[in-house]
Amino acid sequence: MRGLARAVALVLLALYGCATPAPEPKPAPVSKPARDDLIVLLPDPEGKAAALSVTHGADQRVLSAPYAAARIKEEGRLDTVDITPDEVNRVFGEVVAALPPRPVSFLLYFLEGKDQLTAESQQVVQQIFDEIKRRPAPEIVIIGHTDRVGTVPYNDALSLRRAEKVRDDLKNVLGIPAEQIQVAGRGEREPLVPTEDEVAEPRNRRVEISVR
Amino acid sequence: MAQRSFGVSFGLLIALTASVLISTPAPARADDVGQIKVAKGAVHLERSGRKVPAPVGAKVQQGDVLVTGPDGSVGIIFLDASLLSVGPSSVLAIDRFVFDSTTNQGAFETSLKRGKLAAVSGKIAKQSPDAMKVRTPAAVLGVRGTEFLVRTIEPGD
Repeated sequence: MRGLARAVALVLLALYGCATPAPEPKPAPVSKPARDDLIVLLPDPEGKAAALSVTHGADQRVLSAPYAAARIKEEGRLDTVDITPDEVNRVFGEVVAALPPRPVSFLLYFLEGKDQLTAESQQVVQQIFDEIKRRPAPEIVIIGHTDRVGTVPYNDALSLRRAEKVRDDLKNVLGIPAEQIQVAGRGEREPLVPTEDEVAEPRNRRVEISVR
Repeated sequence: MAQRSFGVSFGLLIALTASVLISTPAPARADDVGQIKVAKGAVHLERSGRKVPAPVGAKVQQGDVLVTGPDGSVGIIFLDASLLSVGPSSVLAIDRFVFDSTTNQGAFETSLKRGKLAAVSGKIAKQSPDAMKVRTPAAVLGVRGTEFLVRTIEPGD
């Protein structure tokens, strides 16, 4: 009986409650988030000048210092704010973690007139291949070069042979499909160290491997 | 007609050079502007009104819209070596990507409709400041370089 009386009382209270206009303001706008755009400039890893312009309607701010930030919390209001690296990590940690590794490039050097690596380059080639292997879905461009000993057509052919040698090693050692690797030979056209014609220059006998 | 023989041999030289220099056909299709390198959780692309899977290795094209679920994130490297990643519960449209790899000139425009974006600008922004733009429903960003973060929350999101 007591239980029933309590239930009836609750129902009456509920009905009464419903019939009475609530004095509090409607809660709906509080539960929905308002606009909140946040734009943060990060430090350039190489220390180069970085900048970002942010335009909101007729307003514009230029962010040019590390961790300079702009915030738009309501229409027509663009504020510059300070943000700490810790806050950046808290808000943007997940999205920063999803950034792919930056593109990199490597140089390998060759013996004069040959498509055979120098002893020094033989020492590092495995390290370079390991780095390529670590990257997800690597796209590779290999460009061969020569010094200026020999004719232009001879060096064009030699530079391409050098690039193809590295491609074949990548294919055989790492099992990277050939269609993920582009190969080109530039002959003696783009020396790292400019020289007179017919000058032997070991630093120009090279292959550049770009990976992204 | 000394001119003519010069022209012919020069033409031949160019043809020979071209055959030496171009040995492997480019693997990417002309429409491809980037490749997905990181994909976590629920991620897909919307392309011409169709839902397309977006695993690691998938190519991205101008006009694609990247969509992530509450557990999703995705990272892309574009042809100009810019990097973009999109965080959970986000929508990013690749509105425009044009790039000349010889001159490094081009245009790169994206819209973050909701969620979070991290970006590292590449050759397009380096060559022409403000050629890279990011829009949110409230703001337009002109990118002069190099790394930045964007979050957008729409009223009622």
